[in-house]
Amino acid sequence: MDVIVQLQRQIVDFTASLYREGYVDDQFTQLQKLQDESSPDFVMEVASLFFVDCEKLVNNMARALELQAVDFKQVDSHVHQLKGSSSSVGAARIKNACIAFRTYCESQDREGCLRCLQLVNHEYAQLKIKLQTLFRLEQQIVAAGGTIPVLQ
Amino acid sequence: MARNSVVSRRWRSEKMDGFDLSPPDEQVHVLAVDDSLVDRKVIERLLKISCCKVTAVDSGIRALQFLGLDEEKSSSVGFDGLKVDLIITDYCMPGMTGYELLKKIKESSTFREIPVVIMSSENVMARIDRCLEEGAEDFIVKPVKLSDVKRLRDYMTAREFRVKNQQVGNNNNNNKRKLRESCDLSSSPPSISFSSSLLSPWPSPPSSLSSPTSPSPCLSPSPSSSSSPSPPILSYSAPCSPTTLDSPTRRLKMSSSD
Repeated sequence: MDVIVQLQRQIVDFTASLYREGYVDDQFTQLQKLQDESSPDFVMEVASLFFVDCEKLVNNMARALELQAVDFKQVDSHVHQLKGSSSSVGAARIKNACIAFRTYCESQDREGCLRCLQLVNHEYAQLKIKLQTLFRLEQQIVAAGGTIPVLQ
Repeated sequence: MARNSVVSRRWRSEKMDGFDLSPPDEQVHVLAVDDSLVDRKVIERLLKISCCKVTAVDSGIRALQFLGLDEEKSSSVGFDGLKVDLIITDYCMPGMTGYELLKKIKESSTFREIPVVIMSSENVMARIDRCLEEGAEDFIVKPVKLSDVKRLRDYMTAREFRVKNQQVGNNNNNNKRKLRESCDLSSSPPSISFSSSLLSPWPSPPSSLSSPTSPSPCLSPSPSSSSSPSPPILSYSAPCSPTTLDSPTRRLKMSSSD
């Protein structure tokens, strides 16, 4: 029983830090509300889809920016897509990085774009680690027979 | 008085027994259109958890194919014959935008009655106005939340209630009174009247009992009709012009409930 309480406390603290540090925002809470017995892995499933999507788009942006003649509209459309999906899952830092990224696309600033791409990539990697930690904690609780605490 | 046996274009006839005040026990069927896989997954879950049946497609063309409005197909049978009660579509999509899809639906005599809701990450008044002018029921600024879907659901429930009342004979005067007061049709009972509005304005009613749209194309699905349609052309056109003037968070809401 102690182990469950401990794990629950860990999750609560860890999740609070995710919000506090801006990794996720209110939309992430929305996703958690959509998870229940009928769809117990919903958040993890969406997160997985998002990360696959993110990786694909980042690769597309990188390739587009490598070209001699960069098609900034093309780059922008990838960023627009990533901004959309990151917004939908509550990945706040990535979303904010995309917002900044778009201004560099608009001003056709290749160096600025490359810096933003680096930032987006960094935030993606960070978030992935954070969420994997969260999901692992959740799995541990369930395995120990406990329930995942619901944050209000 | 004769029992009304008109089959609603939305409801199977066995549901039309007498006068039913309870919320419809048949699920609302929503067609969701979004090119983003992540967004499709989220909207699908939002709708399912709000007790809707969902069909999610990745493009306007697929949506038209599902509805049977695809120009290449002559029949008007949907893939599984399920009637669509609401269409919710992303605005910015490659190929056919949500706005273009909206127009196509509103141009169709069969489907123009289906409410269409637009979703967009860009909160641009001009865009919102344009969609509403074209007949969109509502405009949701992304990311879509549970409260947005709940609002739609409440609207659908009220709408179904209204449609049911309109089609059943005047067995229950109490509830019909409000509807009849605003009637500009009826002379003697049983008269079926269209309310001028409970929630939103309705087009002027036809003089006959039949629903404004042609009979549902709901037939038993024939497997042969679902031979794989040509994949939609996902040409990568530039997205809708980015706005530098993202107005401070302002969601267009029909009601203030949140």
